[in-house]
Amino acid sequence: MRYEAPRTLADATGMLASCQGTARVLAGGTDLLVALRSGLVEPELVVDIKRIPGMADIVAEDGGWRVGAAVPGAALGHHDGVCRAWPGVVEAVELIGSTQIQGRATMVGNLCNASPAADSVPAMMAAGALARIAGPDGTERDVPVGDVAIGPGVTSLAPGELVASIFLPETPARSGDAYLRLIPRTEMDIAVVGAAVSLTLDEGGCCTAAKVVLGAVGPRALVVEDGAAAILGTTLDDEALAALERVASAAARPIDDKRGTVPYRRKVAGVLARRAAHIASRRAGEKS
Amino acid sequence: MSLQHVTTTVNGDATEFLCDAAETLLDALRDRLGLTGSKEGCASGDCGACSVMLDGRLVCSCLVLAAEADGREVETIEGMAGTGELHPLQTKFLELGALQCGICTPGFLVAAKALLDENPDPDETEVRYWLAGNLCRCTGYDKIIRAVLETAADLREE
Repeated sequence: MRYEAPRTLADATGMLASCQGTARVLAGGTDLLVALRSGLVEPELVVDIKRIPGMADIVAEDGGWRVGAAVPGAALGHHDGVCRAWPGVVEAVELIGSTQIQGRATMVGNLCNASPAADSVPAMMAAGALARIAGPDGTERDVPVGDVAIGPGVTSLAPGELVASIFLPETPARSGDAYLRLIPRTEMDIAVVGAAVSLTLDEGGCCTAAKVVLGAVGPRALVVEDGAAAILGTTLDDEALAALERVASAAARPIDDKRGTVPYRRKVAGVLARRAAHIASRRAGEKS
Repeated sequence: MSLQHVTTTVNGDATEFLCDAAETLLDALRDRLGLTGSKEGCASGDCGACSVMLDGRLVCSCLVLAAEADGREVETIEGMAGTGELHPLQTKFLELGALQCGICTPGFLVAAKALLDENPDPDETEVRYWLAGNLCRCTGYDKIIRAVLETAADLREE
């Protein structure tokens, strides 16, 4: 294995593109080092992107925030601007692992690891976040976060490409988001089900925009269009929330495994979607 | 396999060593630098016995490549005590018997110090959540939590 720590994005993508064997990007390393240790992956090249200027920065942009690929969870959780704008995204990231893991693990790493149970991915998708993908020859493209992780452990990234940053857009007035997950204990486990909701209310408390995304109930995070439709135009009254719960349960496509059965995951998907919508609407109301 | 040359600062001392590209910081600390205070429990980032500070952030050194430490500052359990005197957390752990076999203790101490540096007045829940990434298989958590809370109280009075 070769270790490289390039100083520019062009060098990093160039190294990844010219590598004949398996190459891996190293940011926080909390997934990669476990995979190396267990022999799950035997890369020829590891490219540490933390020496590239700007990678560990959170920068204001167009009313939103651009979060570099090497920003650890601990830094995101201490950033007042992001915490105010997207508390649901921050709470999702902060659910990943222990204090020690938070010192290293990144949102982009969580995305590119492409686990169906990744906590930050549904929250980023509900937020309408864009991933900036850098490629060889200095190319850059922005794609919706939901288009990056396309199956268990599989991304849409081409050889030589890496996700350089995540853009969290400006939040309209009276907007809120939330992420909830179920695990069998209070801390440090992998989601049995995750649910993210982001929404905007009008002055009368009526929902004018909504996104509902489920995690860990399909091979990739699942956008529930019917869930958004169930709460749009409502004040998130009991009837609307009950409808959201029903359609979220119906939309879930879980598997049976040691963490939960199909019927259990379906049930929980609906419950978490309803609760997340409730929290998101309360947060939206507080930001009037 | 070519060796990486790493220049770093460990507990305030400029240090250099050679390591394999795939070698972890934990292995380099223990096997190259003789700093065996950091322990390997799980080698997968779950148990916290290898906790160190890297550029001021609490991390598991088993999940850091040694090569990543180049130009960075590493603080380990060996740097915690002052000259001839223990850190107040260490003294309190001894006083309250907040250890049994001791394997997890260096990680708990490094993590607890990081907490008190950031939050001098944590409540019990905050201490328990902060230390959730440090596992003690002798199940001595209550004494550890009490030691951290009492040290915090002592330090606030100073």
